[in-house]
Amino acid sequence: MSDEKRKLLAASPLFFTFFSVLTGLLVGALVLLISGYSPLKAYHVIIDGIFSRPSYIVYTVIYSTPLIMTGLSVAFAFRTGLFNIGAEGQFIMGALGAALAGAFLHLPPVLHAIVAALAGIAAAAVWGGIAGFLKARFGVNEVIATIMLNWTALYLNNFIVTLPSIKRTATNATAFILDSARIEILPLWKVSEAGRTWRAMHPFWHDIFRTPFNAGILVALFLAFFCWWILNRTTLGYELRAVGHNADCSEHTGINVKARMISSMAIAGGLAGAAGALHVLGWTRQAAELAAMEGLGFDGIAVALIGGSSPIGCIPAGLLFGALKYGGSKLQFALRAPIEVVNIVIGSIIFFVAMPKLLRIIRRWLEPKKRQGGDSHAA
Amino acid sequence: MLLESIAFIIATTLMYSAPLIFTALGGVVSENAGVVNIGLEGMMTLGAFVGAAVGYFANDAWIGFLAAGAAGGALAFFHALACVTFLADHIVSGIAINFIGPGLSLFLSRYFFDGATQTLSLSLDAKIPRPLNGVFEQNGFFDMVFNQYATVYLALFLVAFLWFILYRTRLGLRIRAVGEHPKAADTLGINVLRIKYLAVITSGVLAGFGGAALSVAIVSRFSSTLVSGQGFIALAAMIFGKWKPVGTLAACLLFSSAQGLTVYLGRGDLQRMLPMPSQLLATIPFLLTLAVLIGFVGKSRPPAADGIPYEKE
Repeated sequence: MSDEKRKLLAASPLFFTFFSVLTGLLVGALVLLISGYSPLKAYHVIIDGIFSRPSYIVYTVIYSTPLIMTGLSVAFAFRTGLFNIGAEGQFIMGALGAALAGAFLHLPPVLHAIVAALAGIAAAAVWGGIAGFLKARFGVNEVIATIMLNWTALYLNNFIVTLPSIKRTATNATAFILDSARIEILPLWKVSEAGRTWRAMHPFWHDIFRTPFNAGILVALFLAFFCWWILNRTTLGYELRAVGHNADCSEHTGINVKARMISSMAIAGGLAGAAGALHVLGWTRQAAELAAMEGLGFDGIAVALIGGSSPIGCIPAGLLFGALKYGGSKLQFALRAPIEVVNIVIGSIIFFVAMPKLLRIIRRWLEPKKRQGGDSHAA
Repeated sequence: MLLESIAFIIATTLMYSAPLIFTALGGVVSENAGVVNIGLEGMMTLGAFVGAAVGYFANDAWIGFLAAGAAGGALAFFHALACVTFLADHIVSGIAINFIGPGLSLFLSRYFFDGATQTLSLSLDAKIPRPLNGVFEQNGFFDMVFNQYATVYLALFLVAFLWFILYRTRLGLRIRAVGEHPKAADTLGINVLRIKYLAVITSGVLAGFGGAALSVAIVSRFSSTLVSGQGFIALAAMIFGKWKPVGTLAACLLFSSAQGLTVYLGRGDLQRMLPMPSQLLATIPFLLTLAVLIGFVGKSRPPAADGIPYEKE
């Protein structure tokens, strides 16, 4: 894959993104139509499933939180000329690190959560850094290396969580993290006597407190701005982007290209690790044995591509993906329509995003029309 | 006892190798023509579903197997369209395929099988046959090793066939020329785009076969976690095999022997004697691939123009 192509992708304008999203949704509609479901009804169910209750909106945000962060991971690496397919494995390592630190360390609240999150981030940063190191030292293509590391992470996770000293009896998951490490908002109060009485009087909040509403989204938003800041306002970010643009030229201007590759992949790994860590601390409270990839890291690739590889762009892209995923999950119940139509939509969006030449062709097709319009006006 | 253990391991290795061989050979064809195909996983998944579903409705695994190839090829057509005609980034298009293939499989599974993410099972006699069944003494060494599904022999034959095509025919030379230096090939009057389309679609057909070799031979139905990652292992095998058919075969056998060993060591009697974490064994193929990429097992080099979109001037 050529660097020009990556740059073209990275610079793909908003118009093209909208076009891709719209086309993806149309493909989804077409698939539904062919299989005998009403696309209008289906999209109505999805939109209702996202917006019609406060708890639905909160759930959408909770679904989007890890996607924004894995998206950031891919986007960050992308900006520095690297393709991080490894967000999936880094997510697993982040979740595992946070679950272990959350369950087996004893620390005061808040501090415990921070330490557990950092443990996950560190584990994932190492995992990402390995791919960076292999690229810098041995010239191993990071796409292949991270695919291999994804599966290694999966099986390593399965090995560790099922160790007798770590797993919870009669489950295939780690012990639950301690309450001091949880980042859910008032998890104990909301099910306590006092909490229940208060909730009974406040139906809006009652609904919201049904969800595992947690602080993860704040971290995700913070990280998005943090990435933007690093890339655009620091020397490190400048050097990273320079390496992404032209490694040889950067080398000549005195940038340590190899070190920058490693730091880029470590930061990308840390971002995906944050997604895994906060997912555990905010919601699942455990790292479980995985029969297959969960896909939150792969979804991050979609988020980064839809977000035009910009950290800030990952926020709306992550929300869009999270909304489709959460809203789409209601199709089965409401219409008995297969929820996987969402994956087809997402896949189609990426498919169109992948084709910058298509954009040129569409542009060319649009332009004469405009001119024609102008001519008729003049006449 | 020892002989039986050896036979068991060889037999499981061969059985699990067939899906990998088909799919990895698909990768070999596509990448020798210069198109990176990480969408193998998605094409394999679609093949596994279509094979099982068509096989079930037709009550004939071979019809399912062929349909699986067609489905994989159809999905690969879109990869070719994106990569060859619209100069898409091969990796990104492959990722899209990996969303669409499994998504479409589960969508269709729910549609045709009453909301279930797995198909109904083929009847035992409708599965892919074992051609050498009954030739050797039952449960003897040779019977255990060679009483394989026809797909295993087909896969092995295909390795030789593909080697012949790539290195002994004009078409093969053209494919490799396009993957090494498309501009030069173009100058010599080779239709670069047509060769690339042909190679990518063939890779999809083979990946589809690979999926079906799982779903209508090794097992008798499709389920949502059936393929989970085998397409990526096939990709790893192709790299490990240095983008060549015979090397790829060796890598597939090595990787499936890791699977065979895992099954063998997972048997109750052995687990008590020698507790061996199967999860760690499962990481072997991936770590070996990294090792070969680093250069510990001999440097491997992709075709020169692999993954670079070619635009005719």
